[in-house]
Formats: sequence, structure tokens, C-alpha cells
Amino acid sequence: MWAFIHKVGSPKWFYTISARLLPWCWTLAVTLILVGSIWGLAFAPADYQQGDSFRIIYVHVPAAFLAQSIFVSMAVAALIFMVWKIKVADMAAAVMAPLGAVMTFVALFTGSVWGMPTWGTWWIWDARLTSMLILLFLYLGVIALRGAFTSRDSGARAASVLAMVGVINIPVIKYSVDWWYTLHQPASFSITSRPSMPVEMWWPLLLMVLGFYAFFIAMTLMRTRSEVLRREAGKHWVRELAAGGA
Amino acid sequence: MPSSDKGASSAVEMVEPRGGLGVAMAAIFKRDLILAARRRSDILNPLAFFALVITLFPLGISPQQALLATIAPGLLWVAALLATLLSLDALFRADFDDGSLEQLLLAPQPLSALVLGKVAVHWLMTGLPLALMAPLLGLLLALPGESYLVLSLSLALGSVSLSLIGAIGAALTVGLSRGGVLLSLLVLPLNIPVLIFGTGAVQAAIIGNPVGPHLAILGALCCGALMLAPFAIAASLRISING
Repeated sequence: MWAFIHKVGSPKWFYTISARLLPWCWTLAVTLILVGSIWGLAFAPADYQQGDSFRIIYVHVPAAFLAQSIFVSMAVAALIFMVWKIKVADMAAAVMAPLGAVMTFVALFTGSVWGMPTWGTWWIWDARLTSMLILLFLYLGVIALRGAFTSRDSGARAASVLAMVGVINIPVIKYSVDWWYTLHQPASFSITSRPSMPVEMWWPLLLMVLGFYAFFIAMTLMRTRSEVLRREAGKHWVRELAAGGA
Repeated sequence: MPSSDKGASSAVEMVEPRGGLGVAMAAIFKRDLILAARRRSDILNPLAFFALVITLFPLGISPQQALLATIAPGLLWVAALLATLLSLDALFRADFDDGSLEQLLLAPQPLSALVLGKVAVHWLMTGLPLALMAPLLGLLLALPGESYLVLSLSLALGSVSLSLIGAIGAALTVGLSRGGVLLSLLVLPLNIPVLIFGTGAVQAAIIGNPVGPHLAILGALCCGALMLAPFAIAASLRISING
């Protein structure tokens, strides 16, 4: 068991195995996103209230899903790094943070683009929007903290602690913001309780969500691989790899 | 000579158990109190900042009492939060600079308990004075009469969490030369729940709703922070010292 964990954790093993996984992940991601978006954008019926503007959910919802999932995966990777000192986990956490921040931004941006025709305003202090915005700040904090240290190891460990503190706080923030919203104004609209979605709209959305997850995995694997090479640049096997490739 | 050496070492072993956790925490608490009493400006600065920020709002928004009264709870809480934030950078800075933080790390007692003593002093010197001063500033903002006690109570209770959560950020950034802005970026998002329930309590008091639930949640946040934050603070300090 322990031997296995350390084997998985070794950068070299990760580099070899991820090379085999990566094409599959990319194929899956590209296929799902391609099929999902064409289906969603061209063939799914228009919403009877919102018309074609609803189609942005095919980007918005998967991005919002990922924004939250990535933070949790980052915190799990941070925990693995802190407990078992597995370097690959930290490399993964390091590459996940910007990816998560981008997804959060995409979710906020598409939400706002959707909000203009639907609600008549670019921004509204809705509970979900607000907690998404706070999530973006949490991501920025983790990225900034990692960058602020001159020693990479200290930066990695500091960012790990912050990611874990953040993940404990996210539910608290989420619930308090929900509560704050209900305190201030009654829900005049809601993102979630739209009239239940017809199946023809739901299937492409499911494909897109799965496609985004596959994209996230592929992206994380790919960027972690470059991070492995960058950090292990002095190691024997990386030099051999570089010599062989050249 | 060897026999006397033996005697000395056994004497040391006998002395060691006396430095229990309570003794160490009390010593740190006392030491930080004395240090704070010798640097009074560190206590006064956040208070002056608090008063100054509150003064800015009528100038920037409008001196109309009706308008100020509606936004007063939020203004007071946000200003108090920022004042706490301002004082956090100094929480471990002096100890880090003169090396006494390393001695804390080396102490046989758990670091997470020792930092609790430091955070307690920080709260006594920042959170509590801010809570006591807030009603005065509430008067300036024409805060409705029923809410003054709740304002103080919510600030006193909430600032415990602010100090504890803030100490995590302070511990993470203490090793960095320019940690100030980064510290606020790290700490502010984590403080949002405290802000929501703190202002919620004051607003409930103004409307005449029961304030119990809000204060209870503030208390729960405080308990949660008391339970978990010390470990995060200790881990962060270890990272900052080693790096």
C-alpha cells in the first residue's frame, strides 16, 4: 500500500503514466465538448421564456461546477502534500489554482452576459453570484500567496494551508451568504428553480458538464507534467529525456 | 566531576515538568500584555483609524441622518473589520524580527496553544476596545437607539473570530517583507461570514427582531474558529519560520 502510494507520488512514474492517460482524456474532453456544444447551441429547443439567450448555460453551468470542484480538488491535493509530502500533489495543486480562478471568472462572466438580457442588469447581489465572487478572491489569495514566497517549498506549504482553510470556510461562506440574501430581499428570481428543464436541453448540458470535467483532468495532467519537468529539471531522468528527445 | 554532572542533569529533569501548558500560556499572555502596554500607540492607532474611516462616510456620502442611520450598522462593522486587519500585521512581526517566535516554536508546549495566548492579547487590545468605542461612533452616524448594546456585543463576539482568522493570515505572511496587502487579500474573504452575522445582529436590533439567533451564530463561528484556527496558525508559523 505504502509502496504503491510512493510509487504514484514519484514524479517520474507520474510522468510516464500520465503520458498514456493524456490522449484519452483529451479525446474524451474534445468529443464531449464538441458534441455537447453543437447539440446545445444548434439543436436543443429555444427556451419559451428566454429564447436563445438561455444557451449560455452550456458554458456557464459547467464552469460554475468546475469552479467549486477545482477548489475542493486543490485542497485535497494540498492535504495529500502536507500529510504524505508527495511533491506531485503539490504540483497538481499549483496548476489547479489558476485553472480554478479562470473557471470562476468564466462562470461570473457568462452569468453576467446572461443576466443582461434576462434580468436587465449586468450584476446583482444575488447569493450565488456573491459567493462565486468570494470564491474568485479565495483563488486569487492562494495564487498570490504561493507567488509571494521566494522559497518554492515554503510557498507550496503556505498555499496548501490556505487552500485547506479556504475549503473549510467555503460552506460557511456559502451558507452565510445565502442567509444574508434571504434577509435582505425576497427571491424575485432564482437561477436554480427555473421551470424544470426539458430532456432535450438537459442532455447536451450533461455532456458539456462531463466534457468540462474531462477537460479539467486533461489540462491538469498536462500542466502538471510541465511542472514536473520544470521542478525536476536537474534530475537524471529528465536530462535523459531531454537528450533523447533532442 | 562526573557525579556532580549527573546531579545537575537530574536536577534539570526534575525542574522540567513544572513548565506546564497553563504556565506557558499565562507567561505568554502576560508578556504580550506588558509589551502592548509599553507600545500604547499600537493600541490607539486602530481606534483612531476606526474613528477616521467613520468620519469619511458622512463626508463622502451625505450628512443626512436618515440615510446614515440605515447604513450605519454595515459601516461600523466594515470599519471595525478593516481596523482589526490593520493591526494584524504587527501580531507576529516583532516576535519574528527579534527571534522570540523561534523560541516559541522550540518550546516543549504545543505551539497551537501558545499562539492562543498571543491571539487573546490581540483581541483584548484591538477587538475589545473597538467594540467599546463603536457605540460612540454609532452616535455620530445616528444609529437608532435600541441597537447600541447589540452593536458592542456583536463586535466583541465577532472580533474574536476576526482575530483568530486574521492570525492565520498574519502567520502565513509574517516571513514576507511586504505582506500587508497580501494579508488583506487572504483574510478578508474568510471574514465575510462574521461580517454578515455581525451586521445582521445590529440590523435585527434596529428593526426589533430577536437578536439571539445572530449572536448565537456569531458565537458558533467563534467556537469553530477557536477550535480550528490555532492549528492553522501553528502550521503557518512553522512554514514562515522555516522558509
